[in-house]
Amino acid sequence: MKTVFERTPTLKDCPTHYCPGCGHGIAHRLIAETIDELGIRGRTIGIAPVGCAVLAYDYLDVDMIEVAHGRAPAVATGMKRTNPDKIIFSYQGDGDLASIGAGEILHAGHRGEQITVIFINNAVFGMTGGQMAPTTMLEQVTATTPKGRTAAGEGYPLQVAELLVTLPGTIYVERCALSSVAQVRNTKKAIKHAFELQLSGAQGLSLVEVLSPCPTYWRLSPAKAMEWIESHMTKVFPLGQLKGGR
Amino acid sequence: MAGKIVINSERCKGCGLCVVVCPRKTIVISGISNKNGYFPAQTDNGDCTGCAACAVVCPEAIIEVLREGSGRVIVAIEPGKEKKPTLTKEKA
Repeated sequence: MKTVFERTPTLKDCPTHYCPGCGHGIAHRLIAETIDELGIRGRTIGIAPVGCAVLAYDYLDVDMIEVAHGRAPAVATGMKRTNPDKIIFSYQGDGDLASIGAGEILHAGHRGEQITVIFINNAVFGMTGGQMAPTTMLEQVTATTPKGRTAAGEGYPLQVAELLVTLPGTIYVERCALSSVAQVRNTKKAIKHAFELQLSGAQGLSLVEVLSPCPTYWRLSPAKAMEWIESHMTKVFPLGQLKGGR
Repeated sequence: MAGKIVINSERCKGCGLCVVVCPRKTIVISGISNKNGYFPAQTDNGDCTGCAACAVVCPEAIIEVLREGSGRVIVAIEPGKEKKPTLTKEKA
């Protein structure tokens, strides 16, 4: 018998601290597989966010740094400009990128920095206890919106991908999901394309938004959380290649 | 049995995503917990085709997939045929 699927070397062989059914583990694996397939393990530098994935540097066996909350695109800018031959990617959650880091990602995109941003959107602040995030959907119940988010009280969910599409500095924006086998495979293709763009020296920022499950703070079973992405999240955050095809 | 999967039970958190996506329903959640207190996924590899759907969704990346040959696998699910997978003791 031939081995057709095994753990990729860039993904360290250690247990993660994530809750059962969390999407971060899948996203980490997709990034690690991409790095191995492109053979860029020695020249890739990743940036870990503040949030649940703060310990991403413990799981991805590439050079990683951890930066202040939301500042990953700003640090990535400096890293890419001083080391243009390196492949720089930031891995950010919605609490990191869409709230405190909204200014940084917007201006990094506006300047057209040659970086790759992997944006994990699970519609809550997971690390701090499931509070409302900018991406929380209307009527969604969280720790700080016990009666559901209302447009009058807390405003509307922020659609980061759509926002970045309008900037001339972005070259590739796609929204994917981790809700099924097919969607995970599609997400892998999107992440790989974003890395390939940077490898080819394309001028501009590429962002892949990944709709990821948070079973713990959605108060759902892991399997139901996957269904919830399809039934609820994709209505507010439609999937697809929003800018730049592959 | 055209395929086979090996699950690292000690590292499994029992989220059950592999159980849901398996087209042949050969994976079940074990009744015996591992040392971390999770009830891990288990399989007898009965109808396994080696499609790797379980490995693709596993958040812990602890499923290894083996297959007879390396050709394309066509997964066909027969409607109405519900076969409950039985638990067997996993051999190392």
